[in-house]
Amino acid sequence: MQRIMVCIKRVVDYNVRVRVKPDGSGVMLDGVKMSVNPFDEIALEEALRIKERTGNLEVLAVSIGVADTQQQLRTALAMGADRAILVQTDAAIEPLTAAQTLLALAKKESPDLIFLGKQAIDDDANQTGQMLAAMWERPQATYASKVELSGGKAQVTREVDAGLETIEVDLPAVITVDLRLNEPRYVKLPDIMKAKKKPLEVVTSLDALGISAGQLIKTVKTEPPAQRQKGVIVKDVAELVAVLKKKGLL
Amino acid sequence: MHKVLIIGEHDGKTLNPATAKCVTCAKGIPDGEISILLLGADTAGVAAQAAALGGVKRVVRVDRPENAHPLAAIFAPQIIALAADYSHLLGPSTSFGKDLMPRVAGLLGVPQVSDLMAVESAYRFRRPIYAGNAIVTVEADPARKLVATVRVASFEATGAGGSAAIESKATSAALPSHTRYVGARSGSTDRPDLQTASKVVSGGRALGSAENFKILFKFADKIGAAVGASRAAVDAGYAPNEMQVGQTGKIISPEMYIAIGISGAIQHLTGIKDARTIVAINKDAEAPIFEVADVGLVGDLFQIVPELERLIGS
Repeated sequence: MQRIMVCIKRVVDYNVRVRVKPDGSGVMLDGVKMSVNPFDEIALEEALRIKERTGNLEVLAVSIGVADTQQQLRTALAMGADRAILVQTDAAIEPLTAAQTLLALAKKESPDLIFLGKQAIDDDANQTGQMLAAMWERPQATYASKVELSGGKAQVTREVDAGLETIEVDLPAVITVDLRLNEPRYVKLPDIMKAKKKPLEVVTSLDALGISAGQLIKTVKTEPPAQRQKGVIVKDVAELVAVLKKKGLL
Repeated sequence: MHKVLIIGEHDGKTLNPATAKCVTCAKGIPDGEISILLLGADTAGVAAQAAALGGVKRVVRVDRPENAHPLAAIFAPQIIALAADYSHLLGPSTSFGKDLMPRVAGLLGVPQVSDLMAVESAYRFRRPIYAGNAIVTVEADPARKLVATVRVASFEATGAGGSAAIESKATSAALPSHTRYVGARSGSTDRPDLQTASKVVSGGRALGSAENFKILFKFADKIGAAVGASRAAVDAGYAPNEMQVGQTGKIISPEMYIAIGISGAIQHLTGIKDARTIVAINKDAEAPIFEVADVGLVGDLFQIVPELERLIGS
């Protein structure tokens, strides 16, 4: 194994409470803290652990987005990625376009494994890894909670609705990761300094990779979700039972 | 006319109720004709169940040994081979559908709309983003095949009353050998299924241990409820992953959801928004769960739950 590619998305930080713009044109993003998509952080951590176990391989972090996405790639480099590529664009990127762009990078870089988070916490689409695997004509192992590599194969335990499922895939393959695969490391200050010297290549447009950013799914309107009515606080268990019986729930 | 193909989910014996919810979603597509595609080793039994769903015109079976386990890499090329006549391809937003449908979309080179929660027209839908903190209305291009997953918690299951024609089909799709099923550890119990149960009792980090979760199981059994857990409880190892409710776990819509020792992080609330009645039991009166609860009780769960069980019994 020579190279693992990890795909990283810049998203609104996990702790930010997202609000809808009053005119319904989207969500408020001005001045909001941006971070590496938490699932992608887990993806990167897994790649780094594989490198630490097996040695002698390159961990390549890639992203697609605005110029400031370099910040998230620097975080990836500080965590331990060896090299980074940003495909810079101001366009809104749909999962299909992201997958096409990542495919172009995969063809250029020929990774043995591609790791992604199972979904991004902004659009919650849960598509990019599977689309990339389809177009790359390679296996996919989604929702990974355990990854074991041996002899050109990966045995992946997946978190599925019924419990856990294990599949075996030939490499190269795409693996999308779930929450419990690992706990990502904290970045230390010296690593941040070191990361500044690591190579970060900027591809200045999607065009340069032969990709056109189509808006195939148009967002017409953005609204806040329906709010639930605030309920009643009961004083003791007897009253709780009475209320639930009255509602016909017990 | 819009020809809608629903990719049915099943375990070889039983049609997953998510499929009947997809049918309800599909009925919202104007001038639609609904078919269900079943891939499996032997789908005779589940095909009969699918054919009985009201409003379904046709059930298409593709039986072959390679389909014994639902591997996306194996299923997707077969779906493509059969999809030519259809305008819409729908799958449930379950781990099955979420894994499979984007692979189908990728092979077709078309975008996907995830988690449909409402159908406004044949190509206009509503879906949640940012863990349900915003709802977007999106429009897809009618010139392309529409691939979508259906947020099953947003739809009631279609009932029986149908008598669809069942036809068996073979495809010549070449199937890859690069993906192999190894095995599964299923958490199946005698309790109701979390995703479809009418009552759910759910526990959080405040339970403190896997041992203490038994208190919930005992209470759940008493009222015939399924048992869920918050991410914090699953991460702490108190409960297995399949019990997780929330943005990255299961999105559910029971008649009653009882949150016990769950503070109510936004990612958790995403999973329970569609519950008819939310009951919260928590010792912290300021916990966000009380913001969404219909009925709340502030106090120590270790005293409340046994007392609740006792009073219900009497």
